[in-house]
Amino acid sequence: MSALQAARKTRSAVAMGLCVASAGVGLIALAFILAALFWNGFSGLNLKVFTEMTPPPGSAGGLLNAIVGSLIMTFFGVLIGAPLGMFAGTYMAEYGRNSKLTTVVRFINDILLSAPSIVIGLFVYEITVVQMGHFSAIAGSIALAFLVVPVVVRTTEDMLNLVPGSLREAATALGLPRSLVIRHVAYKAARAGLITGLLLAVARVSGETAPLLFTALNNQFWSTKLDAPMASLPVVIFQFALSPYKEWQQLAWAGALLITLAVLALSITARVLGAQRTSK
Amino acid sequence: MTNALSQEAPASRDKLAEKMSVRNLDFFYGETRALKSVSVPLYANQATAFIGPSGCGKSTLLRVLNRMYDLYPRQRAEGEVLLDGENILNPKQDINALRARVGMVFQKPTPFPMSIYDNIAFGVRLYEKLGKADMDERVEKALRGAAIWDEVKDKLNASGLSLSGGQQQRLCIARTVAIQPEVILFDEPCSALDPISTAKVEELIDEMRRDYTIAIVTHNMQQAVRVSQYTAFMYLGEMVEFDDTDKIFTAPKERRTQDYITGRFG
Repeated sequence: MSALQAARKTRSAVAMGLCVASAGVGLIALAFILAALFWNGFSGLNLKVFTEMTPPPGSAGGLLNAIVGSLIMTFFGVLIGAPLGMFAGTYMAEYGRNSKLTTVVRFINDILLSAPSIVIGLFVYEITVVQMGHFSAIAGSIALAFLVVPVVVRTTEDMLNLVPGSLREAATALGLPRSLVIRHVAYKAARAGLITGLLLAVARVSGETAPLLFTALNNQFWSTKLDAPMASLPVVIFQFALSPYKEWQQLAWAGALLITLAVLALSITARVLGAQRTSK
Repeated sequence: MTNALSQEAPASRDKLAEKMSVRNLDFFYGETRALKSVSVPLYANQATAFIGPSGCGKSTLLRVLNRMYDLYPRQRAEGEVLLDGENILNPKQDINALRARVGMVFQKPTPFPMSIYDNIAFGVRLYEKLGKADMDERVEKALRGAAIWDEVKDKLNASGLSLSGGQQQRLCIARTVAIQPEVILFDEPCSALDPISTAKVEELIDEMRRDYTIAIVTHNMQQAVRVSQYTAFMYLGEMVEFDDTDKIFTAPKERRTQDYITGRFG
């Protein structure tokens, strides 16, 4: 073997070693986090968690109001944010592919995508809570919608861009107006990808604490009123985990496990759908 | 196999109606002039082949005939393209109505991501409200017309994407035929197909001439001979020669045509 080849082999081995080590560090950290979560979470998980309200300090209870609150606010957050994101992404990929506006929107959307969620929480606090004079579930939903929009805009644009132009031309050649080409052909061809994006958006917002802290606040009692403060899993976890009470800490672990499992399920579903799209 | 049909002597040209006529057409991609004062007729119920080396403008010409270029910014056409005497380049022309009359089949098969049945019914629903029975009949007729009925009649609910390339292309032809156009444009319809599928599609095109006016862009000169009655040879954006297919391939008037068909360049 020549000296050149030997040196190349050494360099390759070093690079390979660094890559494996980095991947290992990441995986080990994740494994520890998950192990702690499962260990502490499962021991706190029982039927009461799903049937009883969050308890006052020092007594037993469950997370029912927080679970339902999270579901309600996530639902409305996606209900508000997803159509906005879909429409914007559709404009960018279909109508304004070459326009300046698209470039600007894409740039701003990327900023929104990486904006700290606490900033979004404060912003929504200013425009809703301050105006209404009190915290509310609807304010929480609006804050979550701000997090849903950029994710959905991005995936919608990307997925529609993957639809081959020849398919659009073929539909156009049948005499279809633009709107029908998009609705009946482009959306259909990109369907799996669009649903994947939606699921990822849900996964993204279901664990958010900061935006809800300033908007929906929390509620120790059962409430489904949209114009009143509402409990949510992340905020309850935040509050209970920092408390000195054993029962609260136990419930915080159980709640954290629930969110993790829900996000895991969503991600796996999104993955499976994504794989279907590529294999077709 | 199809020669018997297409080699019949073409009817005397002055008796033929011009279904479409291209007159002094210029086409621009931004600043680039891709077609230079092109004039050519498409005779009713005849097949006209467009041949020439890559980049000569034949596909561009085809995409003007149904104004497909409208999809893209910075592309524009100047001159006249008449369909039954009316200029389709007129800005007032209803483009979707035009495309319903002038159908197009593309190089690569492009079935829609839906069932075989819906691939056909989808376009029909756009123009006509048909009951279930009438729609079934229309779908069957279109699939028969594209010589694919026997292969798909038992799996109409299967995805159009599950068919082979040759079947997909015939499905696309059926889809075009189903909305009952008057003119059908074929843009190298067989270049992605194997020889057997190619033969089927060629045979089909030859039969379709009875009901439609046909324009076909092809790189395959045998194909032009097999399916067309008239041939236009284009080179560098110019219409070099237009004549009966027989004459183009046996006694071309232009030197450039002769060089091309004998393989001396291109």
